[in-house]
Amino acid sequence: MTSVTSVEPTDRRRTVQVVGIGVTALLAVGMLSFLVLYWAQDLPVARELYAGFRAAGRGADAALGTNVFRHPFMWQSLSTGVLVGVVAPLVGVFLVHREMALIGETLAHTAFAGVAVGLLLTSTTGWSGSLLLVALVVAIAGALGVQWLTEHTDAYGDVPIAIMLSGSFAVGTLIISYGRGLTGINVEGYLFGNLAVVTVEGARLMGVLSMVVVAAIVLTYKPLLFITFDEQAARVAQLNVTGYNALLVVLTAVVVVGAMQVLGVILVAAMLVVPVAAASQVARSFREATRLSVLFGQLSVLGGFALAIRLGLPTGGSIVVVAISIYLGAIALSSSSIRALSTHG
Amino acid sequence: MSRTETRPRSKRAKRSDARSQTNTVPPVVEITDVTFAYGDAAAVRDVSLTVEAGDFLGLVGPNGSGKTTLLHLMLGLLTPDEGTVELFGEPVDAFDDGGRIGYVSQKATSQGGTMPVTVRECVTMGRYAHVGRGRLTDADRDAVDDALKTVGIADLAGRMLSELSGGQKQRAYIARALASDADLLALDEPTVGVDAESRDAFYALLDGLNDDGITIVLIEHDIGVVTDRASRVACINTELYHHGDTASFVESDALAEAYGTTGQVVHHHH
Repeated sequence: MTSVTSVEPTDRRRTVQVVGIGVTALLAVGMLSFLVLYWAQDLPVARELYAGFRAAGRGADAALGTNVFRHPFMWQSLSTGVLVGVVAPLVGVFLVHREMALIGETLAHTAFAGVAVGLLLTSTTGWSGSLLLVALVVAIAGALGVQWLTEHTDAYGDVPIAIMLSGSFAVGTLIISYGRGLTGINVEGYLFGNLAVVTVEGARLMGVLSMVVVAAIVLTYKPLLFITFDEQAARVAQLNVTGYNALLVVLTAVVVVGAMQVLGVILVAAMLVVPVAAASQVARSFREATRLSVLFGQLSVLGGFALAIRLGLPTGGSIVVVAISIYLGAIALSSSSIRALSTHG
Repeated sequence: MSRTETRPRSKRAKRSDARSQTNTVPPVVEITDVTFAYGDAAAVRDVSLTVEAGDFLGLVGPNGSGKTTLLHLMLGLLTPDEGTVELFGEPVDAFDDGGRIGYVSQKATSQGGTMPVTVRECVTMGRYAHVGRGRLTDADRDAVDDALKTVGIADLAGRMLSELSGGQKQRAYIARALASDADLLALDEPTVGVDAESRDAFYALLDGLNDDGITIVLIEHDIGVVTDRASRVACINTELYHHGDTASFVESDALAEAYGTTGQVVHHHH
């Protein structure tokens, strides 16, 4: 084959990325294992494993001088964060390059309306289900609504998206305002992201959803890439463009609901967009852009958590600030890599 | 697996012979009495035309005359308000062998401007009509390599598309179509923004592909290119003003009529 040319990514560059993705995958699997262990802690074998895990957490706290890793709720948040750091850029890489970045923001606001509906249900009917599940249902309905609107207005125009974004947020605020007297639940946590917002159900939901999202993207990577790159040609090639578009917005809704817990409604779109923007600055292929997006997303989450824990700041803002720092670094790096390329190729 | 091994038709006789086989091979495109309007404004009115296997059809007409709309109707990207469209003998809405068509849109040279996609990734998309969500085989990769060689950009495979010149980008898109084993190449003003020298080389490439038996439908604003290269011409300004071989187009008044005089509209039915 004649595929190898002098300007393809060097082996070292590829190795670094593959190792990074491997570490990220291990981290994600570790977090999923924690969620399973936490869920199954009363079962015979899991009990000892879980006790060992707790002891390791206390050890980590003692070594680092922190008061973090001994608490299961911190691990719930961390698990959710790590999984968001994998799935948000994975979906975002398609959204950003289709110029659909605002969809994430819109669906976050729709999900917020979903939380509000959940709160209202809880307070008026005594229903005790998960707020996030309601948010998920409402966000998916919103996603399909946006999809329908854009299909029927012939483009991912700003107007239907802006209407959906502010409209669903308006409905959310009205319901919350109406229900405020009925329930004591902290809505600000959903707005700005808070470690304490992540419930055990929320973390488990994120665990399941992240596996679904990763599987869906792995299975549909090729058609999604083709549609992202050249939608008309993909239609002519008889790909089910409408179906894949619907899948992409539904996956976005799923990611947004999971990410909303740690990032908050207002910042959730950042995880879909900023790591991808950073990756696109330095990537030399779409595959590389995908890998780097996930790596940068993960670094943002871990860095953001470290910042939040050390300085007692909200997680959402911390993660986004780290993500934007990486983005700025990537811009600086890209100009030097362009110079390197022009001498290399 | 190379093109010639997989595609006996690429050794097929030249276009003149291909046209004489029309009794056995269904037309590549058959449009019958097609009308399409955006809202109240008719873009294409009562057009009938046939593209036979091996044709090199130049589609000409003034700006806003409905050329792109007609091409989109041919490819099933738009559904006609009236009339029927058939691709390879099947109604266009039932046609599902997307690999047989390679389409390069008007926006192609500006497409994915900031998207990091390599030439190889772009060309490999041509195989997706065949593999769908599945894995690429060695045969798929060979088809991509062959297509890159055919259009002369094998050495650029690892480069990002955004770093290529307009002419090189067009070759990448043609390679994508070849990689999909397309029988029909549909090109919408492919050389906009491409320098004259690259343009000549590009059209020479199209000639060669047409000689290999690939049917080409080309929208081109440069009438000279069409009369030089195309075997047949369709001249349209909402309605069809001419549809026939290039020599008869050159001798006719269709061009002047389509471009703004009161001429006789051609209604020909098959």
